[in-house]
Amino acid sequence: MTSLLTVFLLVLALITALGVVRARNLFAAVMLMGIFSLLMAAVFLLLDAPDVALTEAAVGAGISTVLLLSAMALTAEEELAGGIHPTPALAVVLVTAAVIFYGMFEKPLVGDPEAPVNTHLAPQFFELTREQMEIPNVVTAVLASFRGYDTLGEVIVVLTAAIGVLFLIGPDAPQGSRAPSGGNLAGGGLKHHQPLRIVGKIAIPFILLFAFYVQYHGEYSPGGGFQAGALLAAGIILFGLLEGREAAAAVIPTRVLKAMAAGGALVFGGVGVVTLLMGGQFLEYRVLLDHPVSAQQLGIVVIEVGVGVTVSGVLLLIYHAFAARGRG
Amino acid sequence: MLALDLFNSWIFVLLLMVGFYAVIARDNLVKKLMGLSIFQSAVFLLFITMGTVTGGTAPIVLGDDWGAVFSNPLPQVLILTAIVVGISTLALGLAIVVRIKESYGRISDIDAPERDRRL
Repeated sequence: MTSLLTVFLLVLALITALGVVRARNLFAAVMLMGIFSLLMAAVFLLLDAPDVALTEAAVGAGISTVLLLSAMALTAEEELAGGIHPTPALAVVLVTAAVIFYGMFEKPLVGDPEAPVNTHLAPQFFELTREQMEIPNVVTAVLASFRGYDTLGEVIVVLTAAIGVLFLIGPDAPQGSRAPSGGNLAGGGLKHHQPLRIVGKIAIPFILLFAFYVQYHGEYSPGGGFQAGALLAAGIILFGLLEGREAAAAVIPTRVLKAMAAGGALVFGGVGVVTLLMGGQFLEYRVLLDHPVSAQQLGIVVIEVGVGVTVSGVLLLIYHAFAARGRG
Repeated sequence: MLALDLFNSWIFVLLLMVGFYAVIARDNLVKKLMGLSIFQSAVFLLFITMGTVTGGTAPIVLGDDWGAVFSNPLPQVLILTAIVVGISTLALGLAIVVRIKESYGRISDIDAPERDRRL
């Protein structure tokens, strides 16, 4: 059963998504995307996924809005009337929708505890977490320990994306012949908007503090490296939006960010190598200390720090690349 | 009550198709990427919905009460990491769009091979 509040939020999210597609003004579309992400975050919270909600709120509503705005400032604000006929596209979409709708009737009902997805791995995760790790947040346990390989892979993907962005539009990438006219929205700062700056000054320290809380309390409450990294980056990006990119670069210089992005992934992989050298398997934390439960907790805390450092470094590098582009 | 029991799935399909439509029918590359993000969010919704259990709570154990009913942590882990990977790939896509704008002067209605021949 879906609660009425979830129904309400999902319908709102659907309307917002339709607004994104319909809006010709890209600025309006970007703002609607931010609202859409926030609505989805609220839905995730109602669906018992606070960790996911936290990430979606920081990443979707915060950072991706800034990235889309900077990209828009570098390209075009209005969408030209397209030369593509919508009718064939609509036909394709309707046929695909019909097929997927038909498939949906085979799905287990929402919240069915007997659904195959809930009967196989989940009970074992709880049992093993209780026996081997004694960590209250099972999401963190699965992320950092049971699925450590997968998480390491994700961290490497995130790092690779940052390297790609730096190659494409970083400070060393070739400058385009058609430099955009006018100021870059994300890079210049909003120095003449006093109310925003004052509110920002009050809010930013708490955002950063919350990021560290989420990092170090991630085993006990919703949180962990991914959320903390996104929150930390969001706080500093907000500072950059208000005071200008150079001010944000003075807080954490880009060479430090590069070291953070690579170093976090190195810490994560390094833990794996250390466990190998100590006679265990790759990322088998229980060989780290004499007491297996403490060893698991140590491994999880260390790799979560690695994840947090990499994610915040990568997101800030991407922000700097976009904000500095076209400003010389 | 099938309509309400599968409500999240209906919204999943509709969101998926809204995103899909934006990707195939819109010409502007930034708009296409936004469509891709909506498509992605729809998949997130599907995964999180599959992991919920009626009467359950978030998979965080309070006060050693390991016997309570919890939602499935696995889809949450998968989506949590997917969101962060999603923003990284979005950034990479936007960086490519910025370079296209700088090289071709526009980001819609691009016939790249044709223009490259002319250059």
